[in-house]
Amino acid sequence: MAPLSPEEWGIIALSLKVSGVAILGALPLAFGLAWLLARGRFPGKVLLDALVHLPLVLPPVVTGWLLLLAFGPQGPAGRLLADTLGLTFLFRWTGAALAAAVMALPLMVRAMRLSIEAVDRRLEGAARTLGAGPWRTFFAVTLPLAMPGVLAGLVLGFARSIGEFGATITFVSNIPGETETLPLAIYSALQVPGGESAVARLALVSVVLSVAALVASETLARRGGAGTRAGGFGHVL
Amino acid sequence: MSFDVDIALKRGGRTIAARFAAPEGLTALFGASGAGKTSLLDVVAGLLRPDRGRIAVAGTVLFDSAAGIDLPPEARACGYVFQDGRLFPHRTVRENLLFGWRLAPTARRWMVLDEAVAFLGIGHLLARMPRTLSGGEAQRVAIGRALLSGPRFLLMDEPLSSLDHARREEIMAVIERVRDELRLPILYVSHDRGEVDRLAGQVIAIGEQAARP
Repeated sequence: MAPLSPEEWGIIALSLKVSGVAILGALPLAFGLAWLLARGRFPGKVLLDALVHLPLVLPPVVTGWLLLLAFGPQGPAGRLLADTLGLTFLFRWTGAALAAAVMALPLMVRAMRLSIEAVDRRLEGAARTLGAGPWRTFFAVTLPLAMPGVLAGLVLGFARSIGEFGATITFVSNIPGETETLPLAIYSALQVPGGESAVARLALVSVVLSVAALVASETLARRGGAGTRAGGFGHVL
Repeated sequence: MSFDVDIALKRGGRTIAARFAAPEGLTALFGASGAGKTSLLDVVAGLLRPDRGRIAVAGTVLFDSAAGIDLPPEARACGYVFQDGRLFPHRTVRENLLFGWRLAPTARRWMVLDEAVAFLGIGHLLARMPRTLSGGEAQRVAIGRALLSGPRFLLMDEPLSSLDHARREEIMAVIERVRDELRLPILYVSHDRGEVDRLAGQVIAIGEQAARP
């Protein structure tokens, strides 16, 4: 098999950038939602839960179209972000990152919510009686104990966004160097006669990235969750 | 009076009410399982909020619904030894012991790690993780963790219930030394008559007798 061409390296770099930004950007929101759903008691919780999970069950093309309506140049959110932060999405890598983040969000929230729910709240009570305020209790007890799930959520989200296709191509189209991530590039190569070797190379890269993410998460979870329980995906999927 | 408690709270559809004043030393709350003894300790620790009433320990008011006082648990300076130990599973024994000590104001630290370790005979356990400890070892570490947090009083919730006979003797001796040598007021929950007779200076029955008329 021929080595990767500069264009293909560019595609990989773009994919990593899009997924990385998507996951890190979604992390605070995902953790906040996971916390609300795990610990919150408020009216409309079922509705919020359904809304968070929507991208998981909707056809990705529909999610992409809804993103277009909301974050396109004429969309309310799109106009607001363009006016305040100068942030535009259409036909840009930022749009690909947004689509990837929205598609990854349900998986991230799910993993983190389960891990927060699994934390023994009586340990938090013990920390409070030992002199720790609510914030210190969170950072010294709750977060470390929930960490395997947070890491699993990050990795699942990363894997999901590396593979994102439908919402991305609907929302920001397939523009080489800007929005053409790995799956879109594989799709494009399949359309070209004689593109099979490029397809094989890019597919192999996808496999390697996914496996590396899994291994990284298992390692991190085992180290972060030492002494608590086995980390990883068993309790998520 | 070291403990001055008069509270009522609703819990699981019924009302738990208690009114007692306890002198120095170890006071046992004695009663059948499910009488609300643990809830009472949680209320004194600040982990449960009573519907109304007043709690004062050694002259400090911790809760007073009429005066609008409700100190958070971290401000009550109580050393709580739980039935199940509740050691932090992600931290070593040493880190568990020092958790409260590091958070306590310097003026309230009346014990250092070496003293607690010698007092409880747990020097060989410091580097271990809690999941590797036996029941008796874990309970000694839990007592050490509570003592090191610089408490002004201790709450003990059936600390012997998960132990076999030999371990019970050993931990009971430790509790007697805490009572006699450290002279901390202790509120001690149990449903074991023998345990209560041996340890307690005063016994308060929880159940029908303690309920308000």
